[in-house]
Amino acid sequence: MTTAIIAADCPAPAIADRLRIFARRNPTIAIGGTLLALVSLAAAAAPLIAGDPIVFMPINRLKPPSDEFLLGTDSLGRDVFARTIYGARISLLVGLTVALFAVAIGLGIGLASGYYRRVDAVVMRLMDGIMAIPAILLAIALVSVMGSSVRVVIVAIAIPEIPRVARLVRSVVLSVRELPYVDAARASGSKVRKILLRHILPSTIPPLIVQATYICASAILVEAGLSFLGAGTPPEFPTWGNMIAQSRLYLAIAPWTIFAPGACLALVVLSINLLGDGLRDRLDPRLARRM
Amino acid sequence: MAAYIARRLLATIPVMAIVGIFVFMLLHLTPGDPAAIIAGDNATEQNIAAIRARLGLDRPLHEQFASWVWNTVRGDLGISMFSNMPVTKLVLQRAEPTIALTITTLIVAVTIAITVGVLAAWKVGTLLDRAVMGFAVMGFSVPVFVVGYLLVYVFSMKLKWLPVQGYVSIDQGLWPCLRNLILPSVALGLAYVALIARITRASMLEVLAEDYIRTANAKGVATSNVLLRHALKNAAVPIVTVIGIGVALLISGVVITESVFNIPGVGRLVVDAIARRDYPIIQGVMIIFSGVYVLVNLAVDLVYTFLDPRIRY
Repeated sequence: MTTAIIAADCPAPAIADRLRIFARRNPTIAIGGTLLALVSLAAAAAPLIAGDPIVFMPINRLKPPSDEFLLGTDSLGRDVFARTIYGARISLLVGLTVALFAVAIGLGIGLASGYYRRVDAVVMRLMDGIMAIPAILLAIALVSVMGSSVRVVIVAIAIPEIPRVARLVRSVVLSVRELPYVDAARASGSKVRKILLRHILPSTIPPLIVQATYICASAILVEAGLSFLGAGTPPEFPTWGNMIAQSRLYLAIAPWTIFAPGACLALVVLSINLLGDGLRDRLDPRLARRM
Repeated sequence: MAAYIARRLLATIPVMAIVGIFVFMLLHLTPGDPAAIIAGDNATEQNIAAIRARLGLDRPLHEQFASWVWNTVRGDLGISMFSNMPVTKLVLQRAEPTIALTITTLIVAVTIAITVGVLAAWKVGTLLDRAVMGFAVMGFSVPVFVVGYLLVYVFSMKLKWLPVQGYVSIDQGLWPCLRNLILPSVALGLAYVALIARITRASMLEVLAEDYIRTANAKGVATSNVLLRHALKNAAVPIVTVIGIGVALLISGVVITESVFNIPGVGRLVVDAIARRDYPIIQGVMIIFSGVYVLVNLAVDLVYTFLDPRIRY
């Protein structure tokens, strides 16, 4: 009775208020999420807000930032602002697809090896082997064999991340499979597939979401590293990594050509990491206490 | 103890075997002719045939694999496509700068990270703690090459305190060598420091909540003693684990750092090999770096038993 009266007296808080409360309780999610949303928006609307990132104007070589060129121009007279905005596209695309790809495959492997002992021994040795190969070298080798394209870069960056996901999922499966409700499901004759998908899979989702954000952040860093080393996407596309590599000789006279993409790269990775930390605190309290 | 070491050493064999199979198969998994891939887009038919014969790609796959494994185990990593020199020799020539850079970074980073992590755990919730944690998130997020160029711009170009790039061999004196390694080590070590500081703080917080810490404090043991002898010693196992796992960060970072600072090490060897499609070099360095990573983590496993006698052999 009383609750009904109170509920009737206080109208549900407006969306803006709810957002404010959420942001105060989860500052890292709010800051990270907002920054990321802004960058994604800018990347999506690149043709509307930025000029041509490819065309070069030799007259305008190495112009410092001005009203005409917000972030100046590079050694070929290309608009650094436009290239930086377009560069966000590759970074976000690679980060997102690598995270999805690695999580999807790692989830399958982790579920199988957590549940079937026989699969486990073989698969986990395989995962140990892949984890021992330095990620960037594996990516360099794959790209140099399969040629540089966005698709190859995505696969090359995702492969070293798969074992980490598989191990995480496996550890969750191992702890959940012994719980009484899984025994009950087994005793009542549920098929293995149903047990895995309906009873075990849901427990893996919160830590996987957290892991996916960290994978996304690290994928963006590795992609930038590969582009920087000349083993990334084809150099015609502006990426933050290849922009920095192409401008390295002009650090002393045109620092904006390096620090504009560099700052964006750091900002995006930082905001994804903040988002990940915030999600971890909310979704995975066990892990949150340990870190 | 000897039996334990032997067993751990044996356990690295399957891991290295998988690394080997993976590295070998990379070239053969791809659709198309590996020789044509190595030769590049403008190769003639003769070029491709020559490469095929030289790398033994005309032999059956299992035979190629067997001879490749046999050679690798003996330390023969093949012949560079570009310079016609043995890969092992090329790597050894370039080893000094890479080893110097990695060891300097490792020592400095671990010292700083553990100090900072212990302080943050001790003063948990204070401004200092928050500053350390904030720095840790930053450290994960700023890529090696961006930090590198920022450091060069500020300390070499504007302040002119340190050399812009290059490497001076340790034969020419310790200080000239270290002077050139300061900026690269900071750039390379940043993410590593962040990682270790974070785990140190977390692990210390867990131990500091234990009853025996309260007892130690109550009976008047000096704070520094409580922190270092009672707490840090018991918090050491996860920290050492992460130091070992984090070596992967250093190895990947070395490749990029050497490019930024123009250090003629093994990392540069690989990067130069990308443009020249010198696949034997990439393959060889992959094997070596993976082996180093596996050995470091083996060492970490052995250190556990000294740190925590409860861990049985």
